[in-house]
Amino acid sequence: MFASRSKSRSVREAGWGRTAICGLVGLIYFSPVLWMVLTAFKTRQDALATPPKLFFTPTLDNFVSVFYRVTESGAQFSTGMSLFFFNSIFIAGMGVLLALILGTMASYGFSRYPLKGNDTYLFVILTTRMLPPIVVIVPIFLMFRITGLSGSYVGIILLYAMFNMAFSVWMMKSFFDELSKDVEDAARLDGAGEFKVFFRICLPQLKAGLAATAVFALILTWNEFLFALLLTGNDTRTVPVAMARAMGGQLGVDWGLLSAIITLFLVPVFIVTYMLQNHLLRGVTFGTVKN
Amino acid sequence: MGGFLPWLMDPKRRGAMLVTPAIVLLFVMNIFPLMWSFGLSFFHYKASSVKPPRFAGLYYYEKVLSDPVVWERFQTTATIVSLSVLTQMVIGFGLALLFAKKFPLRREILMLVLTPMMLSFVAVGVFFKLFYEPTFGVVSYLYRSISGEAMALLATKWGAIAGIVIADAWMWSPFVMLLVLAGLVSVPDYLYEAAEVDRATPWERFKAVTFPYIKGLLLLALLFRTIETFKLFDLVYIITAGGPGASTESIAVYVYRMAFQFFKTSQSSALSYILLFVVIVLTNLYLYFVNRREREA
Repeated sequence: MFASRSKSRSVREAGWGRTAICGLVGLIYFSPVLWMVLTAFKTRQDALATPPKLFFTPTLDNFVSVFYRVTESGAQFSTGMSLFFFNSIFIAGMGVLLALILGTMASYGFSRYPLKGNDTYLFVILTTRMLPPIVVIVPIFLMFRITGLSGSYVGIILLYAMFNMAFSVWMMKSFFDELSKDVEDAARLDGAGEFKVFFRICLPQLKAGLAATAVFALILTWNEFLFALLLTGNDTRTVPVAMARAMGGQLGVDWGLLSAIITLFLVPVFIVTYMLQNHLLRGVTFGTVKN
Repeated sequence: MGGFLPWLMDPKRRGAMLVTPAIVLLFVMNIFPLMWSFGLSFFHYKASSVKPPRFAGLYYYEKVLSDPVVWERFQTTATIVSLSVLTQMVIGFGLALLFAKKFPLRREILMLVLTPMMLSFVAVGVFFKLFYEPTFGVVSYLYRSISGEAMALLATKWGAIAGIVIADAWMWSPFVMLLVLAGLVSVPDYLYEAAEVDRATPWERFKAVTFPYIKGLLLLALLFRTIETFKLFDLVYIITAGGPGASTESIAVYVYRMAFQFFKTSQSSALSYILLFVVIVLTNLYLYFVNRREREA
């Protein structure tokens, strides 16, 4: 009896041996990121050394020159990168906020008050996210050119709200579907109005889900490249576009500098991934697969 | 009483009310543009010229479908998709088996493996471009020190395809791992115990106990990754820019160049619609299997 129980546990559990193996595999898997972060701390000579240097004297110069450079005459000038970081944060934040408000409302509707053809609507919404962005971007580009939205904050924010809508609707619907309706019905019997049911009963139970959806959408938007490439201007450019442009420099790529930009760009992503771990599966499948 | 507001707040319309704002935004920013480009695909139109559009009928669809270059780009995309998705399935599956059990520090170590899929394509493209760099790139250096020969991975067609596939598979194997892990965790303990009692070999146990619980998720992973890899743009754009020649130009990069470098607006719209059709078919299939899995659960 005891023997069989301890054996059944051994099917699910492993000890420090597994930690060592998985730790090694994890480190190898993660090494590309580590190498990039190391490169960010290298001087130009170290970054271009052959054989590549694993040990070197670290410098913060690259991080400084992400934002400021000094000309030969000694004058300091800004690289504009702080504006691009601000743009990335601002545009992603506003786009996600809009998508989340409209998407949560819609998902509550889809979950609680199904329309005729509910599944068709949901399918069309998911398709808007699954189709290659390049398919929509030609007419959007023309539309923005006519309306003058091209290169403006409003345009790209609306676009990112659209981009996150399918994700918000499907994610939030998957959370709403999991809530027990009994509590809501009980509240209705007690005379609570619809607004009260939604704001006082449903939303408080979904705080974690809402946060996960928001943060996930923020990362997706933070990383987005193609829309930003075609529809932002000099003043609204986001970091991914700035990175891609830094790759195309005429005087050769400054790898240390580029690595520093990437390192700064990745920090929020690391933090968020760690926080989101339990919701990651649902997030990456747009709410279609749950744990 | 009557009036607009009470009519609007009628409980019968509650579902429609809640859904409308989201649908309106999607319509304006996505469905309307799609309809517009559908229209454009039947006209002679160039975004870079001031000439008014002229009706062209099915001319551009015929042109696109009979163009050998389009088929070449489809082939390139299919090659990258199949190689990359296959690699992701194998590596993701292996990783899931490693991480299926509980062990100390599992959460922290899992982080290292899960991070790549949360990174931006552009950043990953830049990483790998640096690693492949012939003189000081790490990958080239390691290859040189083992084989003694120089390596310029991105200089040949298959090398460049491998370069893209490695980067994409590195990013997305964790995705497959996550789905397989969800399946592995859902296998009830008593089945393992029964297998133990029956003295099943590890292979028999896998076939009879574990596999039925993960096959549905494997299929979902396969379809989802196929749809997503099909639109591959950023990695190709950054790592190879479609080169050498046009040997790694994916269909998405091809449409981009057609629309924004050559301004063949009508033609790119027609081709876009063919892509849209492919994605709709795949998405339908995916949702069919999602629903089937939910019914079974």
